[in-house]
Amino acid sequence: MIEKTLKGKPAYWVWLAFLGMFMAVGAACYVRQYNFGLGMTGMSRNVSWGLYISQFTFLVGVAAGGVMLVLPYYIHNYKDFGRITILGEFLAIAAIVMCLLFIMADLGQPMRALNVVLHPSPHSMLFYDAIVLNGYLFLNILCGWVILTAEKKQVKPPKWIYFFVYLSIPFAVSIHTVTAMLYCGLPGRHFWLSAIIAPRFLASAFAAGPALIVIACLVLKRVAGFDAGRKAMNKLVTIIIYAALLNMFFVGLEFFVGYYSNIPGHKHALQYLFFGLEHHGHVYNNLVPFMWAFVILAFGAIATLATPAAKKNDFVLGLGCVALFVAFWLDKGIGFVLAGFVPNPLHEITEYVPTMNELGITIGVWATGFFVVTVLYKIAIGVEHEVEEC
Amino acid sequence: MYNKGTIIPGLMLFVLFVTFPIWFNVFTTAGELPKPESPPGGEKHCIASAEYMRANHMQLLNEWRDNVLRDGNREILEIDGVKYPKGLQLACLKCHSRKEKFCDSCHTYAAVQPYCWDCHLTPKEAGSKEATH
Amino acid sequence: MDKQRRKFLKIAGASVIAGIGAPAIIKLSGTSAHASGGRVVPAAGHAPAVAHGAHGEEAPKGVRLGMVIDMRKFADKPELLDGAISACIDAHNIPQYPDKKNEIKWLWKAPFESVFTDQSAYHSSKRITETDFAVLCNHCDDPPCVRACPTQATFKSPTTGIVAMDFHRCIGCRFCMAACPYGARSFNWQDPRPYIKKYNKNFPSRMKGVVEKCNFCAERLALGQEPACVESCKGTGAITFGDLNDAKSEVRAILDKEFTIQRKPTLGTKPSVFYIV
Repeated sequence: MIEKTLKGKPAYWVWLAFLGMFMAVGAACYVRQYNFGLGMTGMSRNVSWGLYISQFTFLVGVAAGGVMLVLPYYIHNYKDFGRITILGEFLAIAAIVMCLLFIMADLGQPMRALNVVLHPSPHSMLFYDAIVLNGYLFLNILCGWVILTAEKKQVKPPKWIYFFVYLSIPFAVSIHTVTAMLYCGLPGRHFWLSAIIAPRFLASAFAAGPALIVIACLVLKRVAGFDAGRKAMNKLVTIIIYAALLNMFFVGLEFFVGYYSNIPGHKHALQYLFFGLEHHGHVYNNLVPFMWAFVILAFGAIATLATPAAKKNDFVLGLGCVALFVAFWLDKGIGFVLAGFVPNPLHEITEYVPTMNELGITIGVWATGFFVVTVLYKIAIGVEHEVEEC
Repeated sequence: MYNKGTIIPGLMLFVLFVTFPIWFNVFTTAGELPKPESPPGGEKHCIASAEYMRANHMQLLNEWRDNVLRDGNREILEIDGVKYPKGLQLACLKCHSRKEKFCDSCHTYAAVQPYCWDCHLTPKEAGSKEATH
Repeated sequence: MDKQRRKFLKIAGASVIAGIGAPAIIKLSGTSAHASGGRVVPAAGHAPAVAHGAHGEEAPKGVRLGMVIDMRKFADKPELLDGAISACIDAHNIPQYPDKKNEIKWLWKAPFESVFTDQSAYHSSKRITETDFAVLCNHCDDPPCVRACPTQATFKSPTTGIVAMDFHRCIGCRFCMAACPYGARSFNWQDPRPYIKKYNKNFPSRMKGVVEKCNFCAERLALGQEPACVESCKGTGAITFGDLNDAKSEVRAILDKEFTIQRKPTLGTKPSVFYIV
């Protein structure tokens, strides 16, 4: 099936070359960072995690979002998702590849990464994160590949694969739960120390992941002649709307707990994110525009997707999904991680601004993810077309 | 066999290519064997025989590292009346004071780059910013 | 020689099993390969590690080294704290960066409201608001950084209770920095050597990409010396160091007598550094 990636229209090659260019820039930036150290980034003693870990956190969600296709199709036998479930699985693969790359980019001593395996530490959440992420990657490669092979041969998938398909569902939940536990089990970081982090992560994942799949389907319809079907799209939109509303509800609950209890520690990060935090006469507010953009885009997207137009018009549907994806990226891929460090344990405030080199690596990793997903979707669509022709 | 004419010479070339390091060493010398410098201070005793140290110093250093850092076992070794605190800087480099002529001579030859020196100071490095008090 | 051959065979056997299991096997076999070699004997009469403050007796619950910092003394003589900080910097080859971003701090100064974020500084005395407080790793009895570390590069020493770092093993993930509620950890964002003013030739520097923090001068304790900061304040009673589990230790005598506070005790980390304010 891999041969399908080697034949394509010029646009396919131009797109891959375009991504390859950013990957090369990312690689060059990484070489610089590897040689100099993480001082090449905007991270500091007080904001010790930056764009890399926040992208990682968001992308774990995108990976987990694929389960919103797998679950209805395999557990509830929702046939309309039959053609696009593979897209969910392949998207998960690309997202996890990005996650692992972001983790590697973030390590101070990447050559020692295997110490996590050589000195297993069951008390560390990072240990479990490594297990579930790699496990989920493996499960998606296995299930996606075996089922697609069966489809190509026009036979039923072997029975044993369903064990792994069902196993991948709790794994999808676990990757984002464990990722949430990286944060919510740390004493002294009030913003993260909240039991609602894991459910909130899952809710935003189950909105952002499927939103990206809808966008992918709309693109594939235009460029690859692949129609996922309106019924499947509309079902996905329903899932996205509910999950997005849940996420907004959970964000609201954080506000209630902070502001009604009036405990300063619970309010600080929210103040910093949405209104700016005053400290010694200076107001720190560099994330405020991002967070209000998140709120406006999220509600705008939910409203757009809920209109009847979104059910018929591809443009409206696409617009809503892009807005929603960007909104939740701002929320989790920017705000959540960075605000956890404000204020620091000594109640000092340091703001974080990524450097160009850091942005170069970040864009490079995203380009790699798009590259992987393009190649995988090329295979999936190629097989679909082949089957249709028979 | 088809294409005998290309396959067989091709295979031979391939075998020659992958065994190149062996041929190269047969027909050339891989450079002079390194001669690590004896301690400039004339010390004759070490914590173990030169033969043992040559073969096992890396394991020993790892063991000392774990003893000192992890197990809290910093007992000072006494061998033939000489005291040796466990540590690269504290013991080894006190006699083998010229890392450049001792450690590096073999490490360069064997093309290994131990990361010891990223943190541990050689007497030369330490001397470059000597504490003055 | 026979022993060496046996050891060789053992190692060879283990190597055959190899793969990922090998490190675990070597670890399980536990005993020190060289110490069993026969020639090595410990130096007689040299008390290791916890000589100071232990009064030659093992406390029943093991040793938990701790510190009482008497801020009244530092308030009277602020230069004492500066001396302690520079003693710490000299002892551990700590780089001095001009910028806040790269800062490496083991022992440093901060105002009361930063150090005791749970305490109210409302209408507090001049001595509280105008004195710089000494801040360092609390060497918690239940350290969250150790829980977070995915490689056991940071761990609690079983013999001293010191929360220690193994720089050889740290992968630089900075999970411990997020986990520490006291801001006691620093990361080497770049090679620190150009920023080290002068070297202590008996202590290493660090490399880029690893986390570091106060180690309660474990290397000095091993030689029967006090921590550098304690020594630099000697005779003033500003910092007292010793075993918190030893009822007869000097620190315990002070804890029994004075009212002391710890940083963020509500987090359950059980800090081993106490303050008299």
